[in-house]
Amino acid sequence: MLRTVAIVAGLGLALVATAQAETPRKGGTIRMTAPYGSSFTSLDIHTTQRAQDEIYAKALHRSLYIWNSAEGKPVLELAKEDVISDEGLVHTFKLRDDAYFHNGRKMTADDVIWSYNRIMDGTKAYPGARYVRVIEGAAAVEKGQAKEISGLKKIDDFTIEMKLTEKVDPGFYFFTALTSIYPADEAAKDSFIQKPIGLGPFKFVEHVPGSRIVLERWDRFYKPGKPYADKVIVLVMGEAAARDVAFRNKEIDTSVLGPAQYVAYQADANLKGTVVEVAEVFTRYMGMNTAFKPFADKRVRQAINYAIDTDLIINKLVKGKAYRATSWLPLTSPAYDKAMKPYAYDPAKAKQLLAEAGYPQGFEFEWTTSQNESWGLPIVSAVIPMLDKVGIKAKVKQVETAVLAEVVRSGDYQAFIYSQATGPDPQAALKCFHSSTPQPACNYMKFSNAEFDKLIDEAGQVDDAAKRTQLLQKANALLYEEAPVWFFNYNKAVMAVQPWLRGIQLNATELTHQSVEDLWVDETSPAK
Amino acid sequence: MLSFLIRRLLQTIPTVLAVVLLVFVLFSVVPGSIVSSMSDDSDPQVELRMKKQLGLDDPLYVRFGAYIAKLATGDFGTSFRTREPVTAMIAKRIWPTLQLIFAAMAFSVVIGVPLGFIAALKPGGIVDTLAMIVAVSGLSIAKFWLGLVLMYLFALKLGWLPSFGYGDGGLKYLVLPAVTLGVSPMALFARTTRAAVLEIMTADFVRTARSKGMSETRVVKWHVMRNALVIILTTVGLQFGALMGQAVVVEKLFSWPGIGSLLVDSVLQRDIPAVQGSILVVVLAFLAINLLIDVLYGVIDPRIRYA
Repeated sequence: MLRTVAIVAGLGLALVATAQAETPRKGGTIRMTAPYGSSFTSLDIHTTQRAQDEIYAKALHRSLYIWNSAEGKPVLELAKEDVISDEGLVHTFKLRDDAYFHNGRKMTADDVIWSYNRIMDGTKAYPGARYVRVIEGAAAVEKGQAKEISGLKKIDDFTIEMKLTEKVDPGFYFFTALTSIYPADEAAKDSFIQKPIGLGPFKFVEHVPGSRIVLERWDRFYKPGKPYADKVIVLVMGEAAARDVAFRNKEIDTSVLGPAQYVAYQADANLKGTVVEVAEVFTRYMGMNTAFKPFADKRVRQAINYAIDTDLIINKLVKGKAYRATSWLPLTSPAYDKAMKPYAYDPAKAKQLLAEAGYPQGFEFEWTTSQNESWGLPIVSAVIPMLDKVGIKAKVKQVETAVLAEVVRSGDYQAFIYSQATGPDPQAALKCFHSSTPQPACNYMKFSNAEFDKLIDEAGQVDDAAKRTQLLQKANALLYEEAPVWFFNYNKAVMAVQPWLRGIQLNATELTHQSVEDLWVDETSPAK
Repeated sequence: MLSFLIRRLLQTIPTVLAVVLLVFVLFSVVPGSIVSSMSDDSDPQVELRMKKQLGLDDPLYVRFGAYIAKLATGDFGTSFRTREPVTAMIAKRIWPTLQLIFAAMAFSVVIGVPLGFIAALKPGGIVDTLAMIVAVSGLSIAKFWLGLVLMYLFALKLGWLPSFGYGDGGLKYLVLPAVTLGVSPMALFARTTRAAVLEIMTADFVRTARSKGMSETRVVKWHVMRNALVIILTTVGLQFGALMGQAVVVEKLFSWPGIGSLLVDSVLQRDIPAVQGSILVVVLAFLAINLLIDVLYGVIDPRIRYA
């Protein structure tokens, strides 16, 4: 049996180096911004997968696991211990017996089981179902064939047994707010959506739709001495220019920066020190449909990678706010291979490959794109002349981001440009290219390669983590060679943080998702 | 008067139905759906179940009929995104939007109308030239840019006002978004007023009044202003409708929690009930304001009868 014990105190390691030496100050207000839209979707976090909503949810709710930014992996949060059976499929979780909901009731195993069963309600299509589905019997609940997840058993009030369908680290499946644990009694009431109750370090006070969510310290939070701040306000600010003024005016404590602001902040002596950045687990790429004849040939796909001066685009157009992609897995992935080098800019080589593939005069294709400034139309516009130089003509088809998601999933494209989550679990990220993965799931390019499948299958079987990493690195290298996509970049998430806000964690899964209990404001904060 | 009001209210029914139908048809033909924005789940069965649960698998005419039936009982449906009643969502957002629009309208009328009057009294003079420079600039400036400039000046440089947000809904939070929204109608009112006053100043009844020996102040006050008000009021009524549309940009820029930002997010996520509800409220508000303006015509000019 393998035993994993949560090192709760270890979470503090996620704090940036400068904060570690100082004693956190109690009190004050943290003013975070939610930059991805004009509102929050819902106060029922089970119903929304938007990054925007998880910003407040990290303060209000808790899941079985939490992302530890310092260690770059999920760690136990609502459980103190996970005992794994010999065959690796059954996990016995010893839950915390000191976690209280914001109505004062202690969390028990019933709440965990109720929450996971709720998420699997097939008539509601909760987005977290794709994670809970890893528990045996969960799919049957979703299909209406069972009322309760058979693979989830209550041993006692603070112990649950979870049987999984495959040998995976459940941490990757149960750390996001989509699988937050709700109070079984309260969450069933209609009023819950207006006044949510969670297990997080801050309790709900107020929601002004389209403006803000206000939360205040939950004194019975299970981590001694935390949270530090009295209050957290999450302000909806979708406009980057408005955030810039508000940040400079000291009205907000955090602001997500776009490429133009990234350059401006670095050039400003007063603001340079406020910038924090992390390689997020998102890969930007141009996907090529192998059903479109020219893209069925590996040499054509490689030629596209050689034909594009990717570094030039990253430096000039994206203003350096991205890391060059060397394959599919991003820099912060545990299976990232530092030895890998990106495709060189070599138009001559591209022409040669095209000629070998039977396209000496090039060909024409339709490129579907959104307007996104970092991985949309501006990038496509810059790439088109580069492809033109080797004889490839690209026609632009512009759609909304929501439409692009449908296009990608339906396979109704010749090529598309996209940003896809490629972590934090490298195994799940690469499994998208396994031939058994349906195209609408995430095998958007309908990639099929027997050697690749074998590597992924083997990685799923081995118990040795180092061996698994090695296999995944091989699979990642194979993807580089097969080039089902133009490997563009890995997102560099950049946030400006006021000097008085301490404890910011470099969260590679999403920089705006902060474990708020570890944040604190010093006495220079204007929001006392 | 009563029969006029009843007739006008009845006339709104086909307008509302046409708007509802238009939105319905539009959202059934544009690509993208709520299902793809809510979940990127791999299981096609999930998508099918979700469509069934949301009623999206029914034919358009069935959905339209069901919606109209609900609407007749005052039920705007349930949001696909938040799973809240749309009426509740709109109720939370309508007041900030009305606050913003009335404040912008007050600013534009209080500044624009006198500016137009003053300009018209001495056409071609320095005041007229300056007033029209202000008016043309006001009409030309993009709201987004103007808002940023105001934020920069009054929040960042002078520190007089907050740069964004709703706060407690107090005046200091309202000033910048209201001025940003109000500059364009202010300019329009100035130009309209100037043109109306100049035209009325040369009308026969004004000449008659002057020839009777009436002082210029009385001529302007009793004849020119009163007659110009009918034209100005028509422009004000139309601008209310325009402001409800323009408020979307301002609300988004200033993080103002109005119906505009609700509409933007709902459109982007294909939350059809919320889009329909928001548009319907905007249309109803526009119709109500115009009805009020029609009633006011009779108060200002008793010659206008509600036949």
